[in-house]
Amino acid sequence: MFGSGQWTVWEGYAASKLYKAGFRSNNIDPNARHCMASAVAGFIRTFGIDEPMGCYDDFEHADAFVLWGSNMAEMHPILWTRLTDRRLSAPETQVVVLSTYHHRCYDLADIEMTFTPQSDLAILNAIARHIIKTGRVNRDFVDKHVNFKRGNTDIGYGLRPEHPLEQQAANAGAAGGASDMTLDEFEAFLDPYTFEYAEELSGVPARRIEALAEIYADPDKKVMSLWTMGVNQHTRGVWVNNMIYNIHLLTGKIAEPGNSPFSLTGQPSACGTAREVGTFAHRLPADLVVANPEHRKVAEDIWKLPEGTVPGWVGAHAVLQNRKLKDGEINAYWIQVNNNLQAAPNLLEETYPGYRNPDNFIVVSDAYPTVTAQAADLVLPTAMWVEKEGAYGNAERRTQFWHQLVNAPGEAKSDLWQLMEFSKRFTTDEVWPAEILDAAPDYRGKTLFEVLFANGNVDAYDIAETEAHPNHESEAFGFYVQKGLFEEYARFGRDHGHDLADFDTYHQVRGLRWPVVNGQETKWRYREGYDPYVTPGAGVEFYGKPDGRANIFALPYEPPAESPDEEFPFWLVTGRVLEHWHSGSMTDRVPELHKAYPNAMVYMHPEDAAELGLHRGSEVRLTSRRGDMLTRVETRGRNKVPRGLIFVPWFDANQLINKLTLDATDPISKQTDFKKCACKVEAAT
Amino acid sequence: MRLSRTFLHIAAACGLLAAGVAMAQQSTISTLRPTAPTDDRSPPPMRPAIDTDLREVRNYPEQPPVIPHDIEGYEVSANYNKCLSCHARAATGQSQAPMVSVTHYIDRHQQVLAQVSPRRYFCTQCHVSQTDDEPLVTNTFIDIDTLIGMSQDSE
Repeated sequence: MFGSGQWTVWEGYAASKLYKAGFRSNNIDPNARHCMASAVAGFIRTFGIDEPMGCYDDFEHADAFVLWGSNMAEMHPILWTRLTDRRLSAPETQVVVLSTYHHRCYDLADIEMTFTPQSDLAILNAIARHIIKTGRVNRDFVDKHVNFKRGNTDIGYGLRPEHPLEQQAANAGAAGGASDMTLDEFEAFLDPYTFEYAEELSGVPARRIEALAEIYADPDKKVMSLWTMGVNQHTRGVWVNNMIYNIHLLTGKIAEPGNSPFSLTGQPSACGTAREVGTFAHRLPADLVVANPEHRKVAEDIWKLPEGTVPGWVGAHAVLQNRKLKDGEINAYWIQVNNNLQAAPNLLEETYPGYRNPDNFIVVSDAYPTVTAQAADLVLPTAMWVEKEGAYGNAERRTQFWHQLVNAPGEAKSDLWQLMEFSKRFTTDEVWPAEILDAAPDYRGKTLFEVLFANGNVDAYDIAETEAHPNHESEAFGFYVQKGLFEEYARFGRDHGHDLADFDTYHQVRGLRWPVVNGQETKWRYREGYDPYVTPGAGVEFYGKPDGRANIFALPYEPPAESPDEEFPFWLVTGRVLEHWHSGSMTDRVPELHKAYPNAMVYMHPEDAAELGLHRGSEVRLTSRRGDMLTRVETRGRNKVPRGLIFVPWFDANQLINKLTLDATDPISKQTDFKKCACKVEAAT
Repeated sequence: MRLSRTFLHIAAACGLLAAGVAMAQQSTISTLRPTAPTDDRSPPPMRPAIDTDLREVRNYPEQPPVIPHDIEGYEVSANYNKCLSCHARAATGQSQAPMVSVTHYIDRHQQVLAQVSPRRYFCTQCHVSQTDDEPLVTNTFIDIDTLIGMSQDSE
């Protein structure tokens, strides 16, 4: 199954439970894998617990904002207005924008740094080196709260195992491994990363990198680092996340108002549903994982299921699911709340052959006939957003609820209704092995609905409670479905650093940031005085790790999976535009938004265009080693790309740029790098 | 494999199994893409922005009005805001352009300001110009006046 961060909290929870416990398959993953898996792995690796320590209140406290590969002006427009508010009303503040091309955030930038793709690794190490060399390490903080680790290198690119790049990689099978080291060894490791070396790799003048390093090194300057897809969609995305934390940890600029490394999130509930509920192929709720027998036991106890119900194998991640569909290893596939045929990389070689493999049965639940729905065998009409009662969790750990406000048109039902209704069609005898049923004979002959949803937890709340605000799922099943699912789910995190308030509270407030302890939300984690989980007297405690210490990782620059060459001379960067949300399945149906940005186009440097005999509006064919696409040239407008690099947005159903992209992933997070592959541009005749 | 067979069986029993159902019905569905993913068509030409200076009716009162003129090359940066050279309160006498909404003179804490709030500074965060491109699908949105009229008619 493939879901997303648009699932409500209880939809993702019900889907994960139905698959992992009901069908006993961990082959379920959200499209958040394409979006922030590297951020997740970065958090777990550095802090042992997912999601940011700070919150949006940091915007009003910070003195400097550093964008590491995020076009916030277009992709986080509301937060960008908040950042703009701070920058323009507090003249002493600064904005630094790093990107591989010039975009709208540069309109507010005090320091612009357009770097060669992949060289962010070198820039980050040069900053860490500068902090150490100039004696600005916060020794007290580092001595008390930090460990140093040497990360494994030469970890491959997450391609199919037979690919030469995987065969050559020494640590493709141990990508996340690391060994202990000291601060002195870390300093020696960083020695080659001078500003001049970083300039050589990145093309950014050394003095500009030094100016940025000084912002981080200055103990009196509070810094908020912000990032999204430029960092996460990166074959070394986990490393870049780790290396941003390195800088904040070396200086102790973390977990207090205004000092905030902040991983931005692009989907409404990527944090709430994909991450906190644990709809990833390797996860369970509240940072538990399927590979850990104790964690599976916790889940089975809360779910009142026999021991061994939840399988311990890690399921297929997003890109691997597409490979397995193509190879015929996954044959039945259900897609909810996303448009993955358009979104996933390498459409022509992996996604489309997988979806149209005649051995496979593809089901798509959607409100609109997306290109994914058009490639499906069965389409289920689906209720959206306010046509159901829902909950989302956002990037600052805020959980928010809403009631159903309108009825869905026609026969459309919510994803939750579909999942629960589907579970009635299976019995335990059909889908569980004999050894589980022999050991727990009471479960024989029951439907999955009975063992998963009519289990005394999920059906514990009377439908009368929905009287003031009815919803179609509760009416269908006869109990307050959302409350039962949420209260069962919340048991995973309470008293474990992931405390959620009780269900009814969220319908009274405008969201609360977890952990919510004794009715109080937590704005800054790991800092005494803000976070009740910190041991009194500790000051700071990274309690996600057993020894309360966060990790600083020594990680090198390594080249990308594919770089421009003579035949394919351009870097291809894909991304989004302000007017369209993701694949445009909703926004491209709004006349004003369509007319504001009707078609995708390729942003090119005017001199590159001129050399190829092209001009603004020329029809061109873009070609990579994997596929090609027709589009038109834009040499002006909001994005100014450097020579040798082109940018193409992916919202347009009629211009499927993922025909060209490479399905290389970060080997640790399994997140695709949509920002770096090689292509050529030719006039279309 | 066992799961997938059961899955297929159930779908068939529900009368829903129809491989390629959507593909066969492309002509009748309201899709953004009328062709298969493997077929490419020539992209539409790039059209200029509508430049009539005639205000467009908003769909609802809170809608950010669309920009009825070309803004290509306008600078809106920390140093200068070309839009405000016509739309700022003091400039509207000469320009006869609509004044920036009063909501834009209020800060995060509901404090009324003398000038446009910094959080409203980047106009293109919400306001966009338009082209003559036809919508890809029909849109059935009706505004609140029409809706009220319909309910009165039915009474």
